[in-house]
Amino acid sequence: MRFERREQTPAALTVLAPLAAILTALLMAGILIAIAGANPVQAYWLILDGAFGSRLGITETLTRATPLILTGLAAAVAFRAKLWNIGGEGQFYLGALAVSAFGLIPAIAGAPAIVTIIACLIAGAVAGALLLLVPVALKLRFGVDEVVTTLLLNFIVILFVSMMIEGPLRDPLAFGWPQSVPIPDSASLPRLLERSRLHAGLLIAVALAVAIWWIQTRTVFGLRARATGLNARAAAFAGVPLGRTLMLVAAMSGGLAGLAGAIEVMGVKGYVTTDLSPNYGYSGIVIAMLANRHPIGVIAAALFTAVMFVGADSMSRALGIPSYIADVTVALSLLTMLVAIFLTQYRVRP
Amino acid sequence: MSVVLDILSSVGMWEAILRIATPFILGTLGVLLCERVGVLNLGIEGIMTFGAMIGWLTVYMGAGLWAGLLVAALCGAMFGLLHALLTVPLGLNQHVTGLGITLFASSFSYYIFRLAVPTATSPPTVEPFRALEVPVLSDIPFLGPVLFNQTAPTCLALGLVLVIAWVLYRTPLGLAIRMTGENPHAVDAQGIDPIWLRIGTIMAGSALMGLAGAFLTLAAFNSFFPTMVQGRGWICIALVVFALWRPGRALLGAVLFAFFDAFQLRLQTVVDGVPYQLFLMLPYVLSILALVVMARRARVPQALMVPYRRGER
Repeated sequence: MRFERREQTPAALTVLAPLAAILTALLMAGILIAIAGANPVQAYWLILDGAFGSRLGITETLTRATPLILTGLAAAVAFRAKLWNIGGEGQFYLGALAVSAFGLIPAIAGAPAIVTIIACLIAGAVAGALLLLVPVALKLRFGVDEVVTTLLLNFIVILFVSMMIEGPLRDPLAFGWPQSVPIPDSASLPRLLERSRLHAGLLIAVALAVAIWWIQTRTVFGLRARATGLNARAAAFAGVPLGRTLMLVAAMSGGLAGLAGAIEVMGVKGYVTTDLSPNYGYSGIVIAMLANRHPIGVIAAALFTAVMFVGADSMSRALGIPSYIADVTVALSLLTMLVAIFLTQYRVRP
Repeated sequence: MSVVLDILSSVGMWEAILRIATPFILGTLGVLLCERVGVLNLGIEGIMTFGAMIGWLTVYMGAGLWAGLLVAALCGAMFGLLHALLTVPLGLNQHVTGLGITLFASSFSYYIFRLAVPTATSPPTVEPFRALEVPVLSDIPFLGPVLFNQTAPTCLALGLVLVIAWVLYRTPLGLAIRMTGENPHAVDAQGIDPIWLRIGTIMAGSALMGLAGAFLTLAAFNSFFPTMVQGRGWICIALVVFALWRPGRALLGAVLFAFFDAFQLRLQTVVDGVPYQLFLMLPYVLSILALVVMARRARVPQALMVPYRRGER
């Protein structure tokens, strides 16, 4: 058996391959559900019902999708330029921490809401961007592989967050629990719907996805970033400033992940704890790949992931299947998706 | 100053070094094998988690400790096979596939763990490996406990360093493995199939990662809990760079690293006024520093992360 590169990919295949990939992943996870002694069809029905079956379900799914869109975009932007930013989790936390530190400044807390919100969003994005610029600078200056450094930085940042919320940023009113001082009211994002947690962060996330799609397809920088990812040597030969392009991509990618953390604090939680993120950063990597690094696809992939997570929680309560099945399904769909993308590019010859 | 000297002169600290080093030795050897044959294996973190879980579960279900290690190694090899099938014949992106394996293996371990122990509030324990009492040698003051008061898997890990060094540098198989990591076309021209060689070597390396995980639950601790691997796998990836892809230096790196870890653990308890998180950061900061220092000197296997397709250049 051998593989032969396709001259061109049939349009039907580009649409069908991702669907087939997700179906395969659901099928495999279904086997695991069956082994655990439950009916997979019923389990998936309960997942869908939990995610879409009620007003609460729908708003929770959208609330959950918001940070996932942003961390997914963060990974997608970086991966397109072959910058392996695996540090989304750390950037998320540093962005969240920046907001809670910024909220302590009286001039900012006292300003009109619109000013406070914009200042806090920028603070979160800058914190995330700076965090990613460190490993990228190490890569450009010393040739240190950014995969390992960004991964290791995740652990350092979470310890740093823990240090801050037990130290200078500690909320004295939270009995015993280490959590940061709540952000000022003026910094919380407006709600989109009454009696729900859905907040304006969703609009920001979707707008950014569109903006990034525009940057990638319509600007010189977008072309340069793509060229860097496709063939760095050829790009350099064609006059693309590699270092500067990578630093800009890093600032965008880290900024998006930092923004995700800032928005989660400003829209949902109101304060920082060390369990603010159920692996949003790592899920972002999966989402980017599920979307094949396309910014608009990221929205769909983030929705799929949010449905799995929100739905699995309620399915787990009803059937006693561990809710980790959502993580398993999402990870499996990443692997099947990689194979599906491969099959759109190659043809199998016996 | 005297505090530091006290710690450095305590037998307990030196005794801990080899114990802390063991998972790093095994994991680093595993990564080293994979990278020497030309494939990055970021699945290590998840494979270690799965090894830790399945090793513990096997023993918890009533099997022996060695059976636990064996099952962990076999499961590691299976995840290795999955990673190999995706990255070698298909030539998929090794970064993303590896991360996918890590996400899959770790969430799968938590799933199985929750199925096996649905309602436990504190993780159930097993009777772990005990330190070997080597007659006479263990009684030597200081050196006895430090070198000989170790568990059997630690001895296994030390033995594996020798075996892997010998295989890599003194056997035709080792030559073929190293050559595949440098130039798979040349290997193919010699009539050896680099595809199969890569698959086999990745499976062997991943088995070591599974062992490294099982050591955590069967010798270092006595129970499994989610997130217990805590980035040890990623540190192994950094240690391989520090080791310049050589087994002997991998041992040195793991032991040096364990020395700092044992030292900071003890320093934490005696130094006041410094947040404990700063000490916990130390291993990760050290790994990054080691990468920065060694990156210049590193001679990376030339075909690392380059998929091999016959007839394609």
